Amino acid sequence: MIEIKELHKYFGALHVLKGIDLNVKKGEVLSIIGASGSGKSTLLYCINGLEAIQKGEVKVDGVSVHDKGTDLNKLRTKMGMVFQQWNSFPHLSALENVALAPRIVKGKSKSESREIARAQLEHVGLNDKIDVYPSALSGGQQQRLAIARALAMEPEYMLFDEATSALDPELVGEVLDTMRLLAEEGMTMICVTHEMGFARDVSDRVAYFHEGVMEEIGPPEQIFGKPESAHTAKFLANVR
Amino acid sequence: MNDSIAFFSGFGPKDLWILAQAAWQTLLISALSISGGTVVGIFFGWILSESKVVGAITIGFILDAFRSIPLIIQLVLFYNLFNVIGLAVSPFMAGVIILGVYTSALVASVARGGIESVGTPMRRAGRSLGLSYFQTMRHVVWPIGLRAVFPSWVGVALGVLKDSALVSVLGHPELLKVARDLITRTQQPLLVLAVAGAFYFALSFPISRYAAHLERKWQS
Repeated sequence: MIEIKELHKYFGALHVLKGIDLNVKKGEVLSIIGASGSGKSTLLYCINGLEAIQKGEVKVDGVSVHDKGTDLNKLRTKMGMVFQQWNSFPHLSALENVALAPRIVKGKSKSESREIARAQLEHVGLNDKIDVYPSALSGGQQQRLAIARALAMEPEYMLFDEATSALDPELVGEVLDTMRLLAEEGMTMICVTHEMGFARDVSDRVAYFHEGVMEEIGPPEQIFGKPESAHTAKFLANVR
Repeated sequence: MNDSIAFFSGFGPKDLWILAQAAWQTLLISALSISGGTVVGIFFGWILSESKVVGAITIGFILDAFRSIPLIIQLVLFYNLFNVIGLAVSPFMAGVIILGVYTSALVASVARGGIESVGTPMRRAGRSLGLSYFQTMRHVVWPIGLRAVFPSWVGVALGVLKDSALVSVLGHPELLKVARDLITRTQQPLLVLAVAGAFYFALSFPISRYAAHLERKWQS
């Protein structure tokens, strides 16, 4: 379970997150929508400790992320993260990209980590790209590689930071399909996304962020059907 | 070395062997100073890339000095300084140390550029997988960044190999020093210099070819 309490985040004088309260249960798929600069990506970075916070608390399975004593490296293995810019490691083949963290972080043997990598590449449909380097992969394939790389650590949570925003339109589908697959498998997911179709069809809940505030959260039918906040309604009218 | 050889005799096959031995000395000096200087230089480059302030006040000025002062002056100055303060250092050791420091100063700025070329998103990708700071450096940032500046490093290495000729001023029998001695004896400067040049080429060429091969391999 991910518990966020009264979370405040500043970039210098800029108040990016203004008191976020949010719980995400095991097995839940939460989509976060909102305009650029509304703080939704920053929230993901705060959840896995890539950004410091100024006030409040984030707990993952009862462990406080921003406590000084917390072993962040260990905690992060519970949370896979997929970025807008897929950031595949260009000096490693697809297989090595995925096998790196299990070997280095979890201390698995070379053959064991390669087995894990092979399985995860198959999972995301890249079994024919095992020895290919990222430069020879399309954006969609690189993003699926990034998903496989995160899954190889056997995370309990997956955080998606606009995973399809940097992709050419014709490549968005394959990445969304992979994300759908994970949702069907019962993965706990927080997806910052601009894909309203995905948010509506796959999510258990949808949260709308507006200028650092979580304006509204509820089941997709509520958010897309009859939103309570005027801001939500206006945003959705604009993206449609 | 002229005990058995008469003064003013022509360039013979034996002299080729003498030059080959001198080339070996050049190779030794260069290999030691380039490898040592590269390791230290990468370390310095990493410090410079991590903190401008710390880098500038600790090593920035020293590196600037070594980069800016002609190598021949550094060699003479430090070799004599070593001896003045009572450190019995052979010309060979002095040459290796000074060339090594000189190399590290050049490599530091090259390495810094490479490490800085790996941006925050890539580092975060590593950290998000649970890699520690050092693991991210070792397995992500350094391999990517240092490969990006590998061609520049090859330029530095080849430059140092040629600059090692300046160690001749300390009297160590490396390629240029021995060539000069041979010129004095044979009075055939063009021939001797051509042969010495050929030896330098023979040392450099495999390095640049191997480097080109590595670059091709990494690009695929």
